[in-house]
Amino acid sequence: MSNLLNVSASPHVRSQVTTRTIMRDVAIALLPAAAFGVFNFGMKALITIVTCVAASVLSEYIYEKLLGKPITTSDYSAVVTGLLLAMNLPSSAPVWMSLIGSVFAIIVVKQLFGGLGQNFMNPALAARCFLLISFTGRMTDFAVDGMTGPTPLAALKAGESVDVAKMFLGTTQGTIGETSAVFLLIGAAYLFVRKVISFRIPCAYLAAFAVFALIFGGRGFDMNYLAAQLFGGGLMLGAFFMATDYVTSPITPMGQIVFGVVLGILTGIFRIFGGSAEGVSYAIIFSNLLVPLIEKVTIPTPFGIRKETGHAK
Amino acid sequence: MSAATFKGGIHPFEGKDLSKDLPTRVVLPKGDLVYPMSQHIGAPAKPVVAVGDRVLVGQRIGEANGFVSANICSSVSGKVKAIEKRLMVSGAMGEAVVIENDGEYTPVEGMGKERDYTKLTKEEIRQYVKDAGIVGMGGAGFPTHIKLTPKDENAIDYVLVNGAECEPYLTSDYRMMLEEPEKIVGGLKVILRLFDKAKGLICIEDNKPEAIEKLNSLVKGEERVEVKVLKTKYPQGAERQVIYAATGRSINSSMLPADAGCIVNNVDTVISIYMAVCKSTPLIRRIVTVTGEAVKTPQNFNVKTGTNYAELIEEAGGYISEPAKIVSGGPMMGMALFDINVPVTKTSSALLCLTKDGVAEQEPTACIRCGRCVEACPSKLVPQKMLEYAEKFDDEGFQRLYGMECYECGSCTYVCPARRRLTQAFKQTRRSILDSRRKK
Repeated sequence: MSNLLNVSASPHVRSQVTTRTIMRDVAIALLPAAAFGVFNFGMKALITIVTCVAASVLSEYIYEKLLGKPITTSDYSAVVTGLLLAMNLPSSAPVWMSLIGSVFAIIVVKQLFGGLGQNFMNPALAARCFLLISFTGRMTDFAVDGMTGPTPLAALKAGESVDVAKMFLGTTQGTIGETSAVFLLIGAAYLFVRKVISFRIPCAYLAAFAVFALIFGGRGFDMNYLAAQLFGGGLMLGAFFMATDYVTSPITPMGQIVFGVVLGILTGIFRIFGGSAEGVSYAIIFSNLLVPLIEKVTIPTPFGIRKETGHAK
Repeated sequence: MSAATFKGGIHPFEGKDLSKDLPTRVVLPKGDLVYPMSQHIGAPAKPVVAVGDRVLVGQRIGEANGFVSANICSSVSGKVKAIEKRLMVSGAMGEAVVIENDGEYTPVEGMGKERDYTKLTKEEIRQYVKDAGIVGMGGAGFPTHIKLTPKDENAIDYVLVNGAECEPYLTSDYRMMLEEPEKIVGGLKVILRLFDKAKGLICIEDNKPEAIEKLNSLVKGEERVEVKVLKTKYPQGAERQVIYAATGRSINSSMLPADAGCIVNNVDTVISIYMAVCKSTPLIRRIVTVTGEAVKTPQNFNVKTGTNYAELIEEAGGYISEPAKIVSGGPMMGMALFDINVPVTKTSSALLCLTKDGVAEQEPTACIRCGRCVEACPSKLVPQKMLEYAEKFDDEGFQRLYGMECYECGSCTYVCPARRRLTQAFKQTRRSILDSRRKK
């Protein structure tokens, strides 16, 4: 026994969960809603999804290759970004728009700030907002294959009545991945079971938004209205899949609840008082910017430390 | 009644099935016995024998040298062969007494004599514990006689026996609870004699139902003793966590358990107290779990302190596959050995032979801020932010985040999906802060 053994500081064991398994789980959880998007909107939706995912992964690969950085495309994070971006685009989006969005998300929002873990905004959402500002007409054109008319949220805002059951199932107008509340919830349930996300952000978000809508929505205690607000637009997709993005949400448990409440209030303001019927995307990227501040004031009190005595002596 | 616990923590692979069912076997040493003079926190003991001296079992060979220090006794009879620097578990060289075993195990006079602890004064009990060289056998090695001498003995409300054994793979405390439960209860009663107002709590994780049952039946009718069932979770057996789970009291790094009215001792320590006080036997044996996927027959051994670790591997049938890493202690807080030719000490709980080195296999990647470290930290710290400061060598920032409350349990590192080496960085930072504090 003269040959030396491996040594390192403890601990000597690791859990099975890695960045790769987490990102893969998120991608899996998005699939039911994405598949429903293809069913709802047809082949054009599939082309958008494939384009965004491929362009995102490729952008990451090329950027890292050119800069001589380690290639990280196998961690599935670019796949998730591409998938999320596609789900946030209307099925009528042309291929060039998918390409611009993907490159913007990966290169500008993610890589220029230092890559995975360093971006301060959700890349997919930042790209969506970039496209929304740059190509407003195309980004809000939900007319496909004869299915025309406004999104349920726009109809709701205009004071028309909406079919909540259809909204829950998702056979309505909207972006590719946002329409089906039920398939998004199935995906979210998978993430809860796999312990990828906690209830804190989505529940605080939805609860705060619901309260805001009840108070300021102008419909009083109208359950139909509330359900339509919750299932409509990007709220389900945003609350469970984008507000919960690790990189751009607070790391402290209390901060996550604060973050969710801020999101709920902002979404309420944007939807009810804003010009557009939608508000989730802007609420999330705006709240992303508040994360450092939220974390600063929500650092937990350590075990055994009494607040009034302050520092451990 | 639901099991008591704390917030945070992790559920690593337990690995206890490997060794938990075989009875503990007594192993006699084959080679020379090596007794490092530093087997405890505090000043190393001072050798009180000379090369060539004949020593007997139980004879003092090292004497406590200072207030925080402990005696060391020989576990065999034989001749002092050398007093020299030897390799220790920590990887450092330390002064040690080397004894050539004559195989006769002749005890010193008076060893094994029965004593009735109810007839002893408190001072006598403390003196016997001190003479026996008893230290905290849960791993830290804090001299027990000091622990049993708090400033105000009337302020002690609870005496805890820590039988959580939350480290994966380890089963030595479990085996002792099954095999020598009378000694545990006996030792606890000895301690309770020192603290008139205290209640004794034997704390056991709920993954050890047989041990809970056994001790429950033994303490039936005992007014001052109770078995407390704790939830199975790492690091349930950490001193601060076990106190919180059992009593609801919490202490921080600058407090002693006694500040919260508690005295905490590990199972094997309590047995040693019983043996020292009631059976006039010093601390000269240790229960060691030899385990891991690389070992043929994982099991527990009753080992004489000073025995070479390598002999234990042989006793367990040798390796069945090449070990990638050998750890003294558990996988969460144990010390990796680069050479297993080191002696068993009072604080050696296990020899773990892993076939896979989970650390070397995976390089750290970018932090994705998932917050798993925050959820896992039993001290409710924010390891992710502490690491940012640690990596910048910003000791101030590290301390602002209460970094000194970290006791290096490794939970954050275990759960980190990016394989970041949090605990490792915290260890370094904490050492450097403690060093600079000492210099002031």
